[in-house]
Amino acid sequence: MENAFGQPQNVVVLGGSSDIARAITKKLCAARAHTVVVAGRDQARLDEAARDALDYGASRTETVVFDAEDPSGASAAVGEAFAKAGGHVDLVLVAVGRLGQQVLDQSDPAAALRMMNVNFTWPVVALTEARNRLVAQGGGRILVISSVGAVRVRASAYLYGSAKAGLDRLCLAMADSLEGTGVRVQVLRPGAVRTRMTEGLPDVPFTTGVNEVADTALKGLSSAEAVIWSPPLLKYVYMVLRHLPGPVWRKVMDR
Amino acid sequence: MNRQRLSGWGRTAPAMSEVLSPASEEAVVDDLAQADAVIARGLGRSYGDAAQLSGGVVLDNRSLGGIGAIASDGVVTVGAGVSFDELLNVAIPLGWFVPVTPGTRQVTLGGAVAADVHGKNHHRDGSIGDHVLEMRLVTPSGVHTVTPTSEPDLFWATIGGMGLTGVVTTVTLRLIKIDTDKVLVDTTRFACLDDVMAAMVAGDDDYRYSVAWVDCMTRGASMGRAILTRGEHATRRDLEATSLDAPAPAKLRVPFNAPSGLLNPLSIRVFNEAWFRSAPAHREGEEQSLGSFFHPLDGVGDWNRLYGRRGFVQYQFAVSDAEAECVVRAIERLSSSGVPSFLAVLKRFGPANHGLLSFPFSGWTLALDLPVGPAALPEVLDDLDEMVIEAGGRVYLAKDSRLSPGSVRVMYPRLPEFLAVKDRVDPRHQLTSDLARRLHLVGR
Repeated sequence: MENAFGQPQNVVVLGGSSDIARAITKKLCAARAHTVVVAGRDQARLDEAARDALDYGASRTETVVFDAEDPSGASAAVGEAFAKAGGHVDLVLVAVGRLGQQVLDQSDPAAALRMMNVNFTWPVVALTEARNRLVAQGGGRILVISSVGAVRVRASAYLYGSAKAGLDRLCLAMADSLEGTGVRVQVLRPGAVRTRMTEGLPDVPFTTGVNEVADTALKGLSSAEAVIWSPPLLKYVYMVLRHLPGPVWRKVMDR
Repeated sequence: MNRQRLSGWGRTAPAMSEVLSPASEEAVVDDLAQADAVIARGLGRSYGDAAQLSGGVVLDNRSLGGIGAIASDGVVTVGAGVSFDELLNVAIPLGWFVPVTPGTRQVTLGGAVAADVHGKNHHRDGSIGDHVLEMRLVTPSGVHTVTPTSEPDLFWATIGGMGLTGVVTTVTLRLIKIDTDKVLVDTTRFACLDDVMAAMVAGDDDYRYSVAWVDCMTRGASMGRAILTRGEHATRRDLEATSLDAPAPAKLRVPFNAPSGLLNPLSIRVFNEAWFRSAPAHREGEEQSLGSFFHPLDGVGDWNRLYGRRGFVQYQFAVSDAEAECVVRAIERLSSSGVPSFLAVLKRFGPANHGLLSFPFSGWTLALDLPVGPAALPEVLDDLDEMVIEAGGRVYLAKDSRLSPGSVRVMYPRLPEFLAVKDRVDPRHQLTSDLARRLHLVGR
């Protein structure tokens, strides 16, 4: 069961081998998490993430392998994860995503489809399944990793950004739809984060490490906020950025 | 189906449950026979998740009412869903008072038994369980009449058992005689924690009721400044005009959730300062009504909303006299971490009773109200757990919403004995709660 600070005991992590997911999972385990099911694409990397969880205090871990390019398998993957968690699942962390390579992907219809499947369609199917299960068990929490890039989509990452934008808005409305059910949905909007996914890209302002994102995420879980910004200051930065006139926006964001 | 979103008084970690309102013992038996997982709930004054069950069935005991005639020796049998408020409304005009009352009248007798509540007189009179003569208890294995002599192990597993042995339907207890509806109160202000603790050790035995309010926001020399109030029921001889009136209902309500930051370090500091200055340096024999002495917070309905949407936690622990230093260190840890805390309540405890999961034992208890929000709070409280465990103390389950399963096993070493009794009357562990699940108290 989750405690008063939103610290869960039973956790399902979809996309569990991503760097941000691993950082959050470690901190959850250092707090109260004892059962962690990590689900993702690559068994070896999942095993690593599971070992992390045990090192940081979990007492039981399980893994589930799925392919995020195939949304038809999302429902079964979530079902398997819940079954392996056993009992009440307190938190579903959705960290499935791929940044892709915009310049290559934007002219390749198959790549565009892949980007939408991984960043939007698979997560939406999984969220639908998780929602049903959490409502049935009487409560629980879903934390979805979105991106500040979802607030206003940049040309230089529009496939990724627009898929995240769709996911982000869907989650906010899903949160509204779950008002009064005991189930909460929160979205985490990190700015640029130094991870494997962004390796080789230059640091932009407000770039953070994964541990800062994880700290912010844990603090967010103890709040009633639907949107968690990391770093928190980005909330105000984007209040301005999102209203910039087009030419200025392009100049600032797509240098 | 009546699905409701329930949480404790601290308004954290809500969950949906199916709520049933059985109006008789037979109905409770039927509900237990049909439900897979069940917990009873009274007025929801436990701070955490003790009286909720995510996805399960919650039996609202408020439908189990009825107050029997009060015998000449003060013995009365009441439905488990009767509140202290309702009982006192009947009892006070007849010259009777409850032997133990928590800080609010808005708890049911069933809930009071499940938490083995204590009051300002624990050092003299023990907790509510010490005054219960008999209970009717519905368990999955049948209906039991439990007394301290007929089924002592089931009786003492149920006293403080957080509702996990069964559903209490009636409670028989002995009331105490009062002459008037007034308490004579002595108030003294202390500049620091050491002074007030010394005064309590020296003088509490001379008073039936005693409690100190401690300011946890000051540091340095005035760390833990406090106001000590102690009292006795006034007799007819003490007063010029006497009356026996039941306490008045709340006049004020908090109509909506305050913004979450309303109670912040600054506003709490200002409040504590004003409150400390408003108390007299020393005053003796002040007449106070029963309501304002025992239940000051009942004057404002839904005051928990002041803490905003995120809610709050209460941390209450007990340590022995030999570990009094732990109280000092706990307040130091809080005041140095910048975590805001409303006035803390400090009390002396008398000897423990036989309740297997009962909280009080000889020494000190400190209770702290803490708004959820400061990032450091979860860790600060985990540190306090360690301090309390090291001092051989424990945290009160009725207030808890964040302990870990490992800590509880150390704090409540009689848990295996409790589980042995539970296994006998509830072999499938049908009676469970979100608290029981969170702390791994039962098998499911």
